[in-house]
Amino acid sequence: MGQITLQGVTKRFGEIEVIPPLDLTIEDGEFVVFVGPSGCGKSTLLRLIAGLEDVSDGRILIDGQDATEASPAKRGLAMVFQSYALYPHMSVRKNIAFPMKMAGVPKAEQDRRIEAAAKALNLTNYLDRRPGQLSGGQRQRVAIGRAIVREPAAFLFDEPLSNLDAALRVGMRLEISELHNRLKTTMIYVTHDQVEAMTMADKIVVLQAGRIEQVGSPLDLYHSPRNVFVAGFIGSPRMNLFGGAAAAEYGAQTIGVRPEHIRISATEGKWRGRVGVSEHLGSDSFFYVEDTGLADTITVRSTGEVDLHHGDTVWLTPDEGKIHRFDKNGDRI
Amino acid sequence: MARATSRKARIGWTVAAWLVALLIFFPILYTIITSLKTEQEAIAGFDLIPSFTLESFQTVQSQNNYFRPFTNSVILAVGSTLLALIVAIPAAWAMAFSPTKRTKDILMWMLSTKMMPAVAVLVPIYLIFLRTGLMDTRIGLTVLLMLINLPIVIWMLYTYFREIPGEILEAARMDGATLRDEILYVLTPMAIPGIASTLLLNIILAWNEAFWTIQLTTTNAAPLSAFIASFSSPQGLFWAKLSAASVMAIAPILVLGWFSQKQLVRGLTFGAVK
Amino acid sequence: MATRQTQGLARLMRAPAIILLFVWMIVPLCMTLYYSFLNYNLLNPGMTSWAGWFNYQYFYTDPAFFEAIRNTLVLVLGVLLITVVGGIAIAMLIDKPIWGQGVVRILVISPFFVMPPVAALIWKNMIMHPSYGVLADVARFLGTSPVDWFAQYPLTSIILIVAWQWLPFATLILLTSLQSLDTEQMEAAEMDGAPAYARFLYLVLPHMARAITVVILIQTIFLLGIYAEILVTTNGGPGTASTNLTFLIYRAARLNFDIGGAAAGGIIAVVLANLIAIFLMRAVGKNLD
Repeated sequence: MGQITLQGVTKRFGEIEVIPPLDLTIEDGEFVVFVGPSGCGKSTLLRLIAGLEDVSDGRILIDGQDATEASPAKRGLAMVFQSYALYPHMSVRKNIAFPMKMAGVPKAEQDRRIEAAAKALNLTNYLDRRPGQLSGGQRQRVAIGRAIVREPAAFLFDEPLSNLDAALRVGMRLEISELHNRLKTTMIYVTHDQVEAMTMADKIVVLQAGRIEQVGSPLDLYHSPRNVFVAGFIGSPRMNLFGGAAAAEYGAQTIGVRPEHIRISATEGKWRGRVGVSEHLGSDSFFYVEDTGLADTITVRSTGEVDLHHGDTVWLTPDEGKIHRFDKNGDRI
Repeated sequence: MARATSRKARIGWTVAAWLVALLIFFPILYTIITSLKTEQEAIAGFDLIPSFTLESFQTVQSQNNYFRPFTNSVILAVGSTLLALIVAIPAAWAMAFSPTKRTKDILMWMLSTKMMPAVAVLVPIYLIFLRTGLMDTRIGLTVLLMLINLPIVIWMLYTYFREIPGEILEAARMDGATLRDEILYVLTPMAIPGIASTLLLNIILAWNEAFWTIQLTTTNAAPLSAFIASFSSPQGLFWAKLSAASVMAIAPILVLGWFSQKQLVRGLTFGAVK
Repeated sequence: MATRQTQGLARLMRAPAIILLFVWMIVPLCMTLYYSFLNYNLLNPGMTSWAGWFNYQYFYTDPAFFEAIRNTLVLVLGVLLITVVGGIAIAMLIDKPIWGQGVVRILVISPFFVMPPVAALIWKNMIMHPSYGVLADVARFLGTSPVDWFAQYPLTSIILIVAWQWLPFATLILLTSLQSLDTEQMEAAEMDGAPAYARFLYLVLPHMARAITVVILIQTIFLLGIYAEILVTTNGGPGTASTNLTFLIYRAARLNFDIGGAAAGGIIAVVLANLIAIFLMRAVGKNLD
């Protein structure tokens, strides 16, 4: 079981309120991603749940039990840190065994769980090495192994992939998703990378300045962002946002169109512009169109190969059904 | 060095560096050589080849009871350092891993106690020792040396502890470790190199302390630094014997010092230069 | 990064160190301050009376006091000059690609580990002794008459001894700083056409500036308290020619048993040391953030 409920959770550091009162329920077995720009309070929120920080106000319930005052050890949660936080003086085996040793798990049972975790994480051949002798990806797996063997109510991940190179990151992303499918344990995952959020989450929590901007499934967020911030944050490349007359035409303060919802043509269309930089990836082409009078640049994504180059005059036409409209407060209309 | 230096230049630099190094080391070298001479050889003029006799060492031992000051030095240096560690480890732990707004001020204040000239408190300390019967006792001097070096010990440990990522201690906490487990199984093993260098450097500092040891001892608790200072009186001038006593006083610490030169920089600059 | 629980524990673990240091610093200092206003001589403890500013006035009118201040400053500045300039030169020499760098380092650092009384005795008897010292042998070899160092140049002799003890410290710290200099930066400067002296002046020296500051400040703290070297070699003489403030106070307290006078001198030493300490603390404090 691993249902976590936050009720009016608040965090202040001195005078500064990093997290204003916040309510959130994380269901058992869910994979929840906290995403937001750096400094948005997502890591602090995770640490409050972990018990590594005290809440200034509010309550944290784990499986209905009040855990607000419980020490980290008593909450039954496991955490994977950004730096992995492996014990450098212990072998991989001892690292993984440490939480069980602390919990007084019998030796035979410890060995059984270590073997199982090592097998699942491809660490069997490395059990007697020290963390210093492992690659980044292997260290990451040890950190996960150390979390798994505790059989926790929920896993907490604090930007676990940010120290890995791009290729490894994709691989580990899949492994963590696999792990979730297999264990069906609640996972809370903090990242600033919206791609990680979109690909892994059952539920995304978008945070800004300690406030929850929107909670929903990845596609909810993609299709109906609740405000300008979420619209700009979710989706890659970013949504084009602009105001002025073009927005007024749709009865909005600001409108947003995703790059993939704009047609580009050399001959006809709604808005006129000039191709700046273009990127041809084969499967897709990205055009950064300038001088439209709408915004500095408008990003357009086309599938396949499109024969347009720097300096060409082009016409852009938005997909009318996919235009997002926002009022003067930035909220969705 | 990414670049190859010409062989000729390298030979030149090497010769120059060795000359300077030998010049600086010469007084020590010459003392060692003289300690291996007979008294007649020692005053016979400049000579780098001794007769390799241990006569002077034996004389120093038998005439001056060298072992008492030596034992005192060991007890004072090791005792005061261990005492300081016992007080300093928890304090440094607290300041490194649970800092408050005032932690920086407290550290600076501790440093400032080290700035106080010893001579400023000579009078009261001397009188306190005189009146409480601590004068010329090992316990009194051990505690005093502990207090003198405590700021350095705390500072060194603090800078070492700060290099241990807090996340690792948090991981231990998440893994169900109590504070005792955390310090015993995670912090201490990781900090062993830092604790060891702190120990070493402070033994050296305590061993070489010469103001208080001379002021507050006569015979009973006098360590080597005070013992050697007594050789300054003119009547006892025997060159080979003096050299032998000097060699015995500095040899152990010289060897320890060679091992700890890296930590020395850090310790004596309070972490300002690493 | 901590919870209330750990903060509570932390307070408990900090307390002993803080209390010990507080007592150690405050109690004796207050006693010194109190004594400095007393007529109090251990030879005549029954005659103790309130002296007001007399002890301070006495120092102020004593020519030995001003000579001690002058000697203290000459001693500190002389040693600083030798150790900083020599330290930079030697550090740069050791930093060159030489054979046996490890051994050279060990030889150079060694004097620092020699306890002050031993260092003074070695120099007094083995090196500078007017008839049996190595320098006397050298003088005879050159056909000149040997110098009686401690009689003719007492303060200079002490400066030499103390500089020998502290040169390793300066060298080691400056070497550490030198080795952290980015070699690519030096190569870039070379590509830019900067000759060796310009690279030293505009890259090496500014890079070492912080380390040099630290060396100067820390050495000053220790050099103000030079004691054993004087005791063993000149005993402050001839006259008061090599008496520094520390030694003057020691003489007042231990040889003249003048507790009040020595205490007043101690307070003056505190003021002097504090002037320097303020700068040192600032330099070190920057490193905390």
